Amino acid sequence: MLRLATLTAVIGLSIGGAAQAATISISCGAVGAELEYCQSGAQAWAQQTGNEVQIVSTPNSATERLALYQQLLAAGSGDVDVFQIDVVWPGLLGSHFIDLSGDFSADEVSAHFPAIVENNTVDGKLVAMPWFTDAGLLYYRKDLLEKHGFQPPQTWAELSTIAQKIQDEERAAGNDKMWGYVYQAKAYEGLTCNALEWVDSFGGGQIVDDEGKITIANEKAAEALTFAASTVGTISPEGVLNYQEEEARGVWQAGNAVFMRNWPYAWSLGQAPDSPIKDKIGVAALPKGGEDGKSTGTLGGWQLAVSKYSDNPAEAIDLVRYLTSPTEQKRRAIGGAYNPTITALYQDTDVLEAAPFMGDLFDTFTNAVARPARVTGAKYNQVSAEFFNTSHQILSGQAKADEALGALADKLDRLSRGGRW
Amino acid sequence: MSTASRLTRSRTRSAWAFLAPMLVVLALVAAWPLARTIWFSFTDANLSDMSAAQFVGLANFEYLLTDPDWWRSVWNTLFFTLVSVSLETALGLAIALALNMHMPGRGLLRTAVLIPWAIPTIVSAQMWAWMLNDVFGVINEMLILIGVIDQGIAWTANPDTAIWAVIMVDVWKTTPFMALLLLAGLQMLPSECYEAAKIDGIHPVEVFWKVTLPLLMPALLVAVIFRLLDALRIFDAIYVLTGNNQATMSMSIYARQQLVDFQDVGFGSAASTLLFLTIAVFTTVYLTLARIGDSGGDHP
Repeated sequence: MLRLATLTAVIGLSIGGAAQAATISISCGAVGAELEYCQSGAQAWAQQTGNEVQIVSTPNSATERLALYQQLLAAGSGDVDVFQIDVVWPGLLGSHFIDLSGDFSADEVSAHFPAIVENNTVDGKLVAMPWFTDAGLLYYRKDLLEKHGFQPPQTWAELSTIAQKIQDEERAAGNDKMWGYVYQAKAYEGLTCNALEWVDSFGGGQIVDDEGKITIANEKAAEALTFAASTVGTISPEGVLNYQEEEARGVWQAGNAVFMRNWPYAWSLGQAPDSPIKDKIGVAALPKGGEDGKSTGTLGGWQLAVSKYSDNPAEAIDLVRYLTSPTEQKRRAIGGAYNPTITALYQDTDVLEAAPFMGDLFDTFTNAVARPARVTGAKYNQVSAEFFNTSHQILSGQAKADEALGALADKLDRLSRGGRW
Repeated sequence: MSTASRLTRSRTRSAWAFLAPMLVVLALVAAWPLARTIWFSFTDANLSDMSAAQFVGLANFEYLLTDPDWWRSVWNTLFFTLVSVSLETALGLAIALALNMHMPGRGLLRTAVLIPWAIPTIVSAQMWAWMLNDVFGVINEMLILIGVIDQGIAWTANPDTAIWAVIMVDVWKTTPFMALLLLAGLQMLPSECYEAAKIDGIHPVEVFWKVTLPLLMPALLVAVIFRLLDALRIFDAIYVLTGNNQATMSMSIYARQQLVDFQDVGFGSAASTLLFLTIAVFTTVYLTLARIGDSGGDHP
């Protein structure tokens, strides 16, 4: 903190106010290649404008990152000018950010997915610009499915059968570390995303509906989580109960899993020259709950917001403009498979060549299921924690799905004072 | 006025002058935050806007005492504390006795034993997290190699083994601390007793129970109280190994989650205050019992 201040002061003195260069610090995620792309993008802006950037790397777990942000912002600290925030945070953190609607033209804003812009608008204020979007995807091993004569699964039941079969046969053939399916089931925000996908794909709703009614205690949701629990220890290693994104990708990219649920970023890393599974990866939408279920993915994605406490808001806004621009989003999509939030880029041939799934799965990205962050507002974090803890209990076999979900509904009811949030 | 009393007074004054910096620092870093936390526990303070806090009386405590998750974290903490401190005491004593013997390379061994204690907990817990990984962890690899298991165990993921994994990591880390304190105690013991026992031809096991242990008791009690206080506040090892998982959540982790993740400073402070009271009660009971044991015992 002190060092940053001194650094800024020294730079300010040495330039002597002539060039008006500012040091903008931006917080970036560090999952996969995120940090690298954030760094190169921000550096490019710095060179163009003659300013300095400082990258602040943050914890991989979204839950912990939020906690860090909350502390920084609650203290009114100007140490970080630009925050990378999750799609579920605008409601929680919005009061600490500058309203960007005056600084970005209507055309600039409307080029992005309207749903995300709406998500980032809190009480009429645009608190963050969309940077990249995410939806849960199913990664599969093309080569293994072909070898054993399978098509990518349409339902979870199919996935389970295929995974079990290939796992058994590959193990018999000597690869005793082979697993069928890996995902994220540590008790953290990522499990909320995974569990919401199961529940929604079975038709079990979104935990809390748009009116604030608590809908989670239903048969479909119980069926979905009972299925999920059946994967633990059979087609999925028991360790998934402590996996985040990168742990799952570790198993997958080492070639030890047939299927993986993850965000789009895992694509370009799996396709890297040194990846053992390069050119063996297929990407599909996540399976349906059953014949009458639907294919779904949880809406994720990250936005850039400018702190109210920033000493150089004009430069910070300019950095956000640069990073969310079509040019930069295209660079990130091609090199790092970060899904653009600009609709037009999904027709860009260069983007589609580098990450074909972006075109194939366009519907998955535009129709992704949202976590109930808007309706639950400041209590979202508690709702999510109750939901991932309940899911974790069901997955680890400590509780039966229907009873646990009933108890969850009671807790949420108490938390919301009867659904009034 | 005599010179002696003036001297005493000036001595008292300078004593206070020397103590003052420490008292001020203590008040700033210990008393003030503690008082503030206790005050917050009676309010509905929220991290997003601390100035809007209102006095709510005992509401936070009422809610806390009816929250099953809180009681679960209390149980986890007590279980962890009792098991890990017992294991550390037993192992630490054994190691201290071994290190106290005259043998070649003793100095080197004493240094080596301290290594786990010297590594920061965050680092060692993360190291263990990798070693305990179900798919590529070295522990499972070794167990499979020697044929104890044929499939990796998810130590930190399975709710039945997770708490034991945490206990094991803590025992690994803090046994050296225990051993060192007890070794210091052992080296203070008078050698006459042992010479007398040797002349009388008493069996070493009996010497241990009748001579070593009673003489070592004061050092042992101090070591155990240090560990108890530390273990009741356990946070880092559990947080790194299993995060906010309820199966292993300790009281500190519960309080942190409320304070930081949920921004509920009032409620989180109530949890912290109860944790503080629990530790205070534990310490008082322990010290009282130790004193009774001390005065009623047959050793000097």
